[in-house]
Amino acid sequence: MSLLEIRNLHVSVDGHEILKGINLAVNAGEVHSIMGPNGSGKSTLAQVLSRRDMYRVTSGEIRFNGKDLLAMKPEEAAAEGVFMAFQYPVEIPGISNTYFLRSALNAIRKYRGEEEIDAMDFLPVFREKLKLLEMDERLMNRSVNEGFSGGEKKRNEILQMAILDPKLAILDETDSGLDIDALRIVAQGVNAMRSPDRAMLVVTHYQRLLNYIVPDFVHVLVDGRIMRSGGPQLALELEAKGYASMEAEARQTVPASA
Amino acid sequence: MTTTVQNVEGYLENFAEFAKRASGHNLPWLRKLREDAFARFCETGFPTTHDEDWRFTNIAAITRTEFSLLQGTASLPAKSDLKQWNLDSAAAQLVFVDGQFVSNLSSTDSVPPGVTISNLREAITKDSKAVEEHFGRYLNFHRDPFCALNTAFAEDGAFVRIGRGISLEKPIHLLFVATEREAATMTHPRNLLLVEREAEATFLEEYVSLGGGACLSNSATELVALENSTVSHYMIEREHTEAFNVSTLRIQQERSSNVASHSVLLGGGLVRNNVHPVLAGEGGECLINGLFVGNGRQHLDNYMYVEHASPHSSSRQFYNGILDGHAHGVFHGRIVVHKNAQKTDAKQTNRNLLLSDDAQIDTKPQLEIYADDVKCTHGATIGQIEENALFYLRSRGIDEILARRLLLSAFANECLERMHHGAARNYVERMIAAYLLHNAQFLAAQPSPDADQIERHLEEVG
Ligand SMILES: Nc1ncnc2c1ncn2[C@@H]1O[C@H](COP(=O)(O)OP(=O)(O)OP(=O)(O)O)[C@@H](O)[C@H]1O
Ligand SMILES: [Mg+2]
Repeated sequence: MSLLEIRNLHVSVDGHEILKGINLAVNAGEVHSIMGPNGSGKSTLAQVLSRRDMYRVTSGEIRFNGKDLLAMKPEEAAAEGVFMAFQYPVEIPGISNTYFLRSALNAIRKYRGEEEIDAMDFLPVFREKLKLLEMDERLMNRSVNEGFSGGEKKRNEILQMAILDPKLAILDETDSGLDIDALRIVAQGVNAMRSPDRAMLVVTHYQRLLNYIVPDFVHVLVDGRIMRSGGPQLALELEAKGYASMEAEARQTVPASA
Repeated sequence: MTTTVQNVEGYLENFAEFAKRASGHNLPWLRKLREDAFARFCETGFPTTHDEDWRFTNIAAITRTEFSLLQGTASLPAKSDLKQWNLDSAAAQLVFVDGQFVSNLSSTDSVPPGVTISNLREAITKDSKAVEEHFGRYLNFHRDPFCALNTAFAEDGAFVRIGRGISLEKPIHLLFVATEREAATMTHPRNLLLVEREAEATFLEEYVSLGGGACLSNSATELVALENSTVSHYMIEREHTEAFNVSTLRIQQERSSNVASHSVLLGGGLVRNNVHPVLAGEGGECLINGLFVGNGRQHLDNYMYVEHASPHSSSRQFYNGILDGHAHGVFHGRIVVHKNAQKTDAKQTNRNLLLSDDAQIDTKPQLEIYADDVKCTHGATIGQIEENALFYLRSRGIDEILARRLLLSAFANECLERMHHGAARNYVERMIAAYLLHNAQFLAAQPSPDADQIERHLEEVG
């Protein structure tokens, strides 16, 4: 059985159907990329996986590690090993990064029946990850994402991922808005986390990121459906031809969909 | 108005009796002041919601209750009962039980030379000249019937003088304890706090209760900050929810003085918190900082009246409110810039979180500017706990209750951040953390799907 199995997933927001029957299986150790035009539903899929409740699942099912993911609250999904790096990381004034990270780590450890980690033991792990992402420790005493540049926010997402050590990492357009240096650092952070026990779902518009994080599979999401799936070469093909032909195809298949 | 008239009669009886026996009744100046103040109260009666300054606060519950004035303290609490309000490393703690100073519950051992700490009742008899010099000089009882009532019944409270150039780092804790009584009781604490030139001091004025029962605490504090002095004043209200608490802090600021007023309202059923600084000398700076947290049917009214009466003075008002249940909060921020007060720099911000559909906030700025070269800004926000932030925390494994508590603490901490580090701030910080920890009702899920849309933002520059 796969680590993540999505079957016939239909999702609506405010009465609009956004995901129209998604099927996807992701095994531990694999990296899957989801590509697709603006508004095709990529973030919706990512948010449903991390259990945001404003997205209503009208039918379908998601199994994660053999469990019913749709029955979980966001904090339970996180503790079970789902992590999503946000497309738009949230600023939280008044809560320091360090405190936030340690609270999150301890919440997850508690859920798993492990002992809480104190500030002293946390520090070495924390410093090592900071170094990997070339982040300034002083940034960590500031409020979560407050006053961070776009690149710093994205790196902070990967830092959180590195510390929380998830089974499934979902990166929602972690590459957008990054210059080439920042992209390299982020990709290096992600690649350091590739492991046979972990699966990754990399959502992106651009092939560029996939030069750094080479996926095992590429899926093309158009208008709430996966229109094509293939190997890494599919991303190159899309880069050359664009989504136009697939969007036309999607329009044709509308009546046929269930 | 009939209820008002009826009640004034009850106060009449109380006053006739009080005026005869109160300490200082034989001092002509004090007797006259009390009588004038009482006459003023009889003339106006209690305010109603028709009064602009009381528009959002209905005090019918106060006017229809017959409060009696306490004589003598029947049963005193034990020292151990007060332990929960111990402020570590205070320079002094003055304890008032039902309005009256209790010397053997108080401690004034570590008061350095140059600092006088006593209670008003004693000062009136032993040092009436010193009292007369300042008492009632700043608080204008014509402005507010509660101040008139306080002045009429003023007898006890703190009397503190910080001598010139003395820097007192440790706070002075004024603890007002209301005990449980059979009848509804009223107290009118009156504090006179004098900080002389170049001196520094921190006062923590706190209202608490032992047991329940209706009671009215109607206090007034005159805080005088002379030239170049630095003063912090904390007003803490955490009585039980049957208590009525009306307090007025009248601050007189002389040249280049720096005063911070911090209010923390967590308790009380019906609370009116008046803060009235007058920046009388050039270059004075005043910070007016506050946090009010209400639930159930609590009504917490903050009335700020900031007067700039001299050039180059600055004031900063920051009030944060958190309201749950059916609680009702009020922030009324009035800024008056007198004609000669050029180069005034006044700022006002009121931010509120409403945690339930039935909670309510009325926020009202009021600027009266008679000078032409001034900078005044004000802004108010009303919102909910941000769904985005809540989801972000939860998506990292933090459960909903903890996530809510973290976000509320962060909001409350904005006020803490404005307090100087030290014993008083630590005390307040622990108090707020414990409050948020033990008030689980704040943390229950609030199904407000379009929470963010309700967010309203007003920002104006005047
Ligand atoms: N909270 C919401 N309320 C209403 N509509 C929404 C909401 N979230 C998403 N949508 C709509 O759902 C569709 C899919 O949005 P989604 O964010 O999943 O797309 P996306 O593929 O991630 O796009 P992008 O590449 O721009 O990030 C869009 O039409 C969007 O407007
Ligand atoms: Mg998106």
